[in-house]
Amino acid sequence: MATTEEIRTDLADIVNEVAGVPADDVQLDKSFVDDLDVDSLSMVEVVVAAEEKFDVKIPDDEVKNLKTVGDAVAFIERSQNG
Amino acid sequence: MTTLNSSVGAPQATILGIGTYRPSRVVPNDELVDAIDSSDEWIQQRSGIKERRFAGPDETVQMMSVAASRQALERAGLEPAQVDCVVVATVSHMMQTPAVATAIAHELGTDKAPAFDISAACAGFCHGLALGSDMVRGGSAKHVLVIGVERLTDITSLNDRGTAFIFADGAGAAVIGPSDEVGIGPVVWGSDGEQFDLIRQDEDWRDVLAQDKPQMPHLIMQGSAVFRWASFAMAKVAQQTLDKTGITVDDLDVFVPHQANMRITDAMARAMKLPDHVKIARDIAHQGNTSAASIPLALGRMIDDGQAKSGDIALVIAFGAGLAYAAQVVKVP
Repeated sequence: MATTEEIRTDLADIVNEVAGVPADDVQLDKSFVDDLDVDSLSMVEVVVAAEEKFDVKIPDDEVKNLKTVGDAVAFIERSQNG
Repeated sequence: MTTLNSSVGAPQATILGIGTYRPSRVVPNDELVDAIDSSDEWIQQRSGIKERRFAGPDETVQMMSVAASRQALERAGLEPAQVDCVVVATVSHMMQTPAVATAIAHELGTDKAPAFDISAACAGFCHGLALGSDMVRGGSAKHVLVIGVERLTDITSLNDRGTAFIFADGAGAAVIGPSDEVGIGPVVWGSDGEQFDLIRQDEDWRDVLAQDKPQMPHLIMQGSAVFRWASFAMAKVAQQTLDKTGITVDDLDVFVPHQANMRITDAMARAMKLPDHVKIARDIAHQGNTSAASIPLALGRMIDDGQAKSGDIALVIAFGAGLAYAAQVVKVP
């Protein structure tokens, strides 16, 4: 089972690839929109890449609840454990 | 035993010429931002659109179609009388019946060619290419005129934040004719009616007219869900199309996706891992999203600008309301 830190690191690589945000900036307390400047369309790209990477489903309805990197990591952890 | 004759078609079909018509009025983002509490910067960042064309009162669906068709026929070296069928893809001809295609066929001067409209929204032009190609190969027509045309401004609310800055007007036409070599590859097409609601007219006409003060219905769209479907599901369809045609992304010269949103184009290109040498259509920056007209308009611009050359291998992929999609690999005329 992947640790929180491993998920965060992989997610950071995705955010970097999609939105050009330095991977080191993608920390658990950061807001995608306010801190990392990831807009809603880029967020969709991040979500789709995360679904493939982590083998989870992130429905459109859920995406708006993923405000911070920590929210996304927690959702992925829950999905993998579920 | 009675024997029936069968029609005999050409060995293959190809695009002989492409023509376009862009409405004369250029509408920059600044003209639209107040009504939707937005900004030029926001629109460009979200869509890549800098300006679009809005049709004037005289630039009707029929008028724009005829203008684009005349150019396509001239470039194909054909007379209108040589057109055996006219297929018009549109969702913005405001007469329920008859099909605008018959009036276009008449005004062009075809010899009473069969003519009909198809409703496949933004995917309409590639549906038309598939029909035209099969008609030429099946022998029901030698030359088919396929037109994609829209006056989306007639069914767009300039107060709708999700669509006002996206949709626009224009026409593009392609003449399809016989060929010894494959000029239009196999189509990969389909629909996903489970997502019927994602892009649609907001209300049924009967519901509109039942209101005290009926207002023209307009297009509505669930942007994020459409973005997800268009960028990723369509990248897979693009790959299936290459596979079915027997080529890879490395063989492509030109990529002409429906000009829905520059962000969708970019996401698709990334998902498809398009090599750097493939030139990507970006007509949307100056034309907006013209639904069925967008692919011939975009390819037409690339030909006019010298970005796409005769014989180049182009992937065309169209997708939109329905959800409906269709894609082919074609040779640039």
